[in-house]
Amino acid sequence: MTVEVSLPYDKEYVTQFSKGLQEPEWMKNLRLNALEKSESLELPKPDKTNIQSWNFTEFKHHVEGETIDSLQNLPVEIQDFLDQEEEQQNLVIQRNHTVAYGTLDQKLKDQGVIFTDMATALREHGELVEKYYMNDAVHVDEHRLTALHAALMNGGIFLYVPKNVQIEEPIQAIFWQEDPEASLINHILVVAEENSSVTYVENYVSHNKEEKTSANIVTEVIAKDGAKVSFGAVDNFEAGTTVYANRRGVAYRDAVIEWALGQMNEGNTVSENITHLIGDNSHSNAKTVAIGRGAQKQNFTANITHFGKGSDGYILQHGVMKDKATAIFNGIGKIEHGASKSNAEQESRVLMLSKDARGDANPILLIDEDDVTAGHAASVGRVDPIQLYYLMSRGITRFEAERLIIHGFLAPVVKQLPVEAVKRQLTQVIERKVY
Amino acid sequence: MAGSTLEIKDLHVEIEGQEILKGVNLTINGGEFHAVMGPNGTGKSTLASAIMGHPKFEVTQGEVLLDGENVLEMEVDERAQAGLFLAMQYPSEISGVTNSDFLRSAINAHREEGDEISLMKFIKEMDSKMDTLEMDKNMAQRYLNEGFSGGEKKRNEILQLMMIQPAIAILDEIDSGLDIDALKVVSKGINEMRNDNFGCLIITHYQRLLNYITPDKVHVMMQGRVVKSGGPELAQRLEEEGYEWIKEELGIEDETVGQEA
Repeated sequence: MTVEVSLPYDKEYVTQFSKGLQEPEWMKNLRLNALEKSESLELPKPDKTNIQSWNFTEFKHHVEGETIDSLQNLPVEIQDFLDQEEEQQNLVIQRNHTVAYGTLDQKLKDQGVIFTDMATALREHGELVEKYYMNDAVHVDEHRLTALHAALMNGGIFLYVPKNVQIEEPIQAIFWQEDPEASLINHILVVAEENSSVTYVENYVSHNKEEKTSANIVTEVIAKDGAKVSFGAVDNFEAGTTVYANRRGVAYRDAVIEWALGQMNEGNTVSENITHLIGDNSHSNAKTVAIGRGAQKQNFTANITHFGKGSDGYILQHGVMKDKATAIFNGIGKIEHGASKSNAEQESRVLMLSKDARGDANPILLIDEDDVTAGHAASVGRVDPIQLYYLMSRGITRFEAERLIIHGFLAPVVKQLPVEAVKRQLTQVIERKVY
Repeated sequence: MAGSTLEIKDLHVEIEGQEILKGVNLTINGGEFHAVMGPNGTGKSTLASAIMGHPKFEVTQGEVLLDGENVLEMEVDERAQAGLFLAMQYPSEISGVTNSDFLRSAINAHREEGDEISLMKFIKEMDSKMDTLEMDKNMAQRYLNEGFSGGEKKRNEILQLMMIQPAIAILDEIDSGLDIDALKVVSKGINEMRNDNFGCLIITHYQRLLNYITPDKVHVMMQGRVVKSGGPELAQRLEEEGYEWIKEELGIEDETVGQEA
């Protein structure tokens, strides 16, 4: 039995919205088709977390953001995400639903790299986007939230790396929900053609402690044969934003997808990070760190599914829970029949900082092939008193010792983020959330 | 008199309700190196852990005084700040915390706020001490003890000792698992510490460490007590004759304490 939620956005609205953005016909049709499906599809059912009453439908759908002519004019809390020492060559700042600042190195443009907001990409590279948009990775009709996403998508990025192009410098995006009631229904599409490589890092940020809204994020990463994509993210929506984040990767032969996700939202969050290792010898390393505090409820799924022979998947989830926060960490390593010589490893650990917090680590291995290797480690517990003793025996106070251990516990993602400023900012967020 | 004094008086210690130390008395002054020897299971490591404040050990009787202050009333970090140091037999591995960040926190914990060691000075000191201990420079950036070999862990304990410069150090079986070359290197580091302001309690059950570090006094532990004390010649005799003669002399049949039969 599902509760009927009628959206304030109907066919007419969606048609006009699409027209206003001068979207191609296929996109308008995809939206309308998705809108229709969203009415009959049910919400997803994340394991052990009931999201039926969460807010996924009340928000402001379209809010323009002022453009910025110089990065010096950004508020300090947004400047924090940027490496000040270095000139920003490859950066998009999305303010509410429009681009406030965008730049891409001319050299990369000349090589055929596309890095632009989704609205522009749809106008200028419509056919290319159409080939991948909700085709290979995420599908419109998976559940109500994917359908709602497709119908109402109002922001995001298209990053396209042509064959054999290796991008050395990281590509950075900042999604700034400035309006406290604006919803980010963001679509990130990263396509790395054969033997290309790219490092991308994104920040989500909002400041709405009280005002309610929702974010519905779908990310698709397509790594063609021999391509390598390193994907970093720090999510830091404030408590008023209910978040659905779906980040999915598809790796073809010899391709590599690396995820480093700092999931630092303050509000209720459902997050899934799924990678399909389609091609032989494809590889994925999916790392997530998360902190829960207050009465926050969160559900994290990391899933690597092996189809290709000799594919290699490694999942790491580390969570810190305090106050009365609840979080479920599902780690799923799935090896399909035929994916021989594959390896599925995972590690899920939850550190509890208060007795009222709740954290579950659910490691799951689903294996339909004999000739494989797999392993998992899971633990839920408090800060190890022997580790504390060791650090304190060097004169370090209990507070400082605990702080070192917690930062260390969350280091696997911090370490992997490509931009120094983003690392530093995540460290500050961790510091703020834990103390 | 230079240096600090550590006095252990009638120390009784239990673990999980079982008494391991049954009245230990020892005094270590600045400038002195003491060796505590004895077969396995006689309470040597318990003595080290109880002085530092290991959470599993409970002191039921007695005192440990550092310059007259009862350290048993202090938190573990306060004991360290008061001047105690324990090189552990099994140092913890702490993932995600680099050796260098940890060491800097430890050094700054011994300094006043606002008087933190400068990064340059810290790196210089660490580099020179790592050279003395023949440690690979990349160990500074590795996570604290994570994946370190037994020998690397021991060197890392001595590196901390040399950087922190405590008043009194206890070295708990710092020689176990070391090959002869590593033993020489570690001993060199410890000998460099020797001065009037530094006292050291070396716990070992092999005499061979004492070939490289000459103790001023040697104590033998059995059944949770110090049963015999003497000079360096006592260690020499133990090396040649073992512990049996002491057991005979004192009428001890089973020297161990708190071991399941």
